[in-house]
Amino acid sequence: MSTEQPPPPRKGQIGVDEWVAQSGERQEATGWRRGLGTLERRVGWWQRLAIVALLGLGFGLITNNVNILTVGFTSVLYAILSLGLNIAVGWAGLLDLGFIAFFGFGAYGYAIFSSTALGTGGMGGSHLAAFESIPIVLVAAGIVGLVIGLIALRLDGDYLAIVTLFVGQAFMEAVNNIDPGTLGGVNGLFGLDGLHGLGGEITTPRGYFFIALIFCAVLAGILHLLDTSRTGRAWRALRDDPLAARAMTMPVNKLKVMAFSFAAMVGALAGTLFAAEQSSVFPTNFTSNILILIYACLVLGGVGTIAGAITGGIAVTVVSAMLTSPKDSAYLFYGLILLTLIWKVRPWRHLAAVLGGTVVLGLVLNAVVGGISSSATAGSPGSVGWIGSAVSHWVIVPSDAATYGNILFIAMICMVIALVRLEGRKRLILAVPTIYIAACCWESRLVVNPAITTQIMLGAILIVTMAARPNGLLGARRVEVL
Amino acid sequence: MDASGAQPLLELEKLSLAFGGLRAISELDLRIGNNEIVSMIGPNGAGKTTVFNVITGIYRPTEGDVRLGGESIAGKRPDRITRLGIARTFQSLRLFLNMTVIENVKAATYGATKASPPESILRLPRARREEREVQALAEEILSFFGERLMGYRWEQPAYVLSYANRRRLEIARALATRPKLLLLDEPAAGMNPTETHEVTELIGRLRGELGLSILVIEHDMHVVEGISDRVVALDHGVKITEGTFEAVGNHPGVIEAYLGRDPEALAEA
Repeated sequence: MSTEQPPPPRKGQIGVDEWVAQSGERQEATGWRRGLGTLERRVGWWQRLAIVALLGLGFGLITNNVNILTVGFTSVLYAILSLGLNIAVGWAGLLDLGFIAFFGFGAYGYAIFSSTALGTGGMGGSHLAAFESIPIVLVAAGIVGLVIGLIALRLDGDYLAIVTLFVGQAFMEAVNNIDPGTLGGVNGLFGLDGLHGLGGEITTPRGYFFIALIFCAVLAGILHLLDTSRTGRAWRALRDDPLAARAMTMPVNKLKVMAFSFAAMVGALAGTLFAAEQSSVFPTNFTSNILILIYACLVLGGVGTIAGAITGGIAVTVVSAMLTSPKDSAYLFYGLILLTLIWKVRPWRHLAAVLGGTVVLGLVLNAVVGGISSSATAGSPGSVGWIGSAVSHWVIVPSDAATYGNILFIAMICMVIALVRLEGRKRLILAVPTIYIAACCWESRLVVNPAITTQIMLGAILIVTMAARPNGLLGARRVEVL
Repeated sequence: MDASGAQPLLELEKLSLAFGGLRAISELDLRIGNNEIVSMIGPNGAGKTTVFNVITGIYRPTEGDVRLGGESIAGKRPDRITRLGIARTFQSLRLFLNMTVIENVKAATYGATKASPPESILRLPRARREEREVQALAEEILSFFGERLMGYRWEQPAYVLSYANRRRLEIARALATRPKLLLLDEPAAGMNPTETHEVTELIGRLRGELGLSILVIEHDMHVVEGISDRVVALDHGVKITEGTFEAVGNHPGVIEAYLGRDPEALAEA
């Protein structure tokens, strides 16, 4: 008879509680990553917020470029907007497409109190100070948000989205058509006061950047405190499972309306800052395109996180601004390709082969085509500066660049699709001509039309980022109910 | 038992629920006394979970009444009913998966706390005090489950938990509403024999240490036998019988509901 003992239970078995408990320790990083992790745990939330705000402040003090400060203001504005949207979408899980209406509401509210829109007497003519008009507008927006929340109470998911989308559209139509004498109709309202009060007025781009920064930092702090309170917990519970939330003592309807109302107030706050900085408002400032951009900010940054909403707002705005300048957009375009290659292509010799292959292919093709017909390479690349001169003997740009560029664009899309379908060595080989065609298309066509290219590039950047980080730049993993 | 005529904790009186022409529950009478454990059994589709849904306010009864401590609660909102002292778990787990384990428990204290958003933002005294109490309560409740939901898991999102631990967390979350009556919907479903045994013990402790009354839906007859003061058998929304585990188990109506009728008996009839 065999008296063999059963083997002692091995350490490290799935299903053993202690082993599962130690999973964190096993995954613990070493070296500098560990140091960074420890540092991250030690720094509290308000210290982080202060650091980020001080960085922004320092940035605003250093730069004197008005354009950069304006972009800075816009990026902080979008950070505020995506923070507001995050309350409804990220926390309470309400797909609120009417958010843009509250941005507009805030802007028009400020405009009315800071211009002669209501005539020269009474409230309108008094040119209210910012510390009077902004609270009035915010409270009004909160009430309107409450009412719209009440209307939307019985709706969920897609249905809610469609109804609130209508709210956004209705707002635009309303300001366009109701009382053009007061609201200016399609011509909007202009000549608004800047933010003023207590004897001072903010007039410079730097001033607006700073004021937006302060508002954003305070708002982020408030939202963090709210998120970790009973209200924040209830919102997140509501998003995960409304039925269970109801069964666990949470008044779901009240919470939904509250989320709508809070989001509306934050949206309106952004609106007041926007109107004051621009010193004018137009209905076209509040189209669905802007709404989609705010959603892009939130999704890119990470739905449901404060840091993500801010990061997304800044990232999308800065990228959009860069894309309008040919020089900066070239950096983005080639940088994006390079980063994707570095991130995706391993080992290093494959990366070197793809990069080298692309360069050689371009030089050879350029020489050959130029030898056959000199007009085929007669055009000059659209990029300016050193990138333009660097690629001028590499890409093929004929004199009729537009038609050629259109054809290349379609070819590029076909090749990208093929690239996605292929695996291994074939993909690597196909990557070389794809990159080259993309570059040719960029230099001959895309860079010349920044308005279109901005959208395409923004879309491409979103796709690449979301593929790399499906939960957004700073988002945590989220599961749907299984 | 309330044979003495004392006030039962929960009382269903001629409770009926119809969805159009379909009668999901018909004239159901049920009483649960203080500190009593009652099991509800019956084949799939018998209407057991529907009874839970009526008690907790998800459905409004078509006829009849639901009384908690003598007060009618029929037609009240689910969150109100839970605040009055009836908490439940779900057959298909419904945790707040993206929240941490301890947040799941804390979230269920919403109804018992009062701090408004401005108070929470400014961390005013009431908000701070409530938050301390909620934290202490959550820790106490989670500790009740021993090592299973201990320490390291508290700050992890609920979706990392195993199936059995998710069931435990659902019970913990229900306890955080400070119920008098706990409704457990198949607490042992999908568990292995060891875990099933633990659940049986846990239900006993819930009554013994926390003084709860418990209504359980369960298919595992070992669990039912181990915990029940009384068993209620349901089929097609009608109460077949009620009594001790043995009496109900040998009742011809129950056997028929589960297994169908004996052909010989049919022939004789």
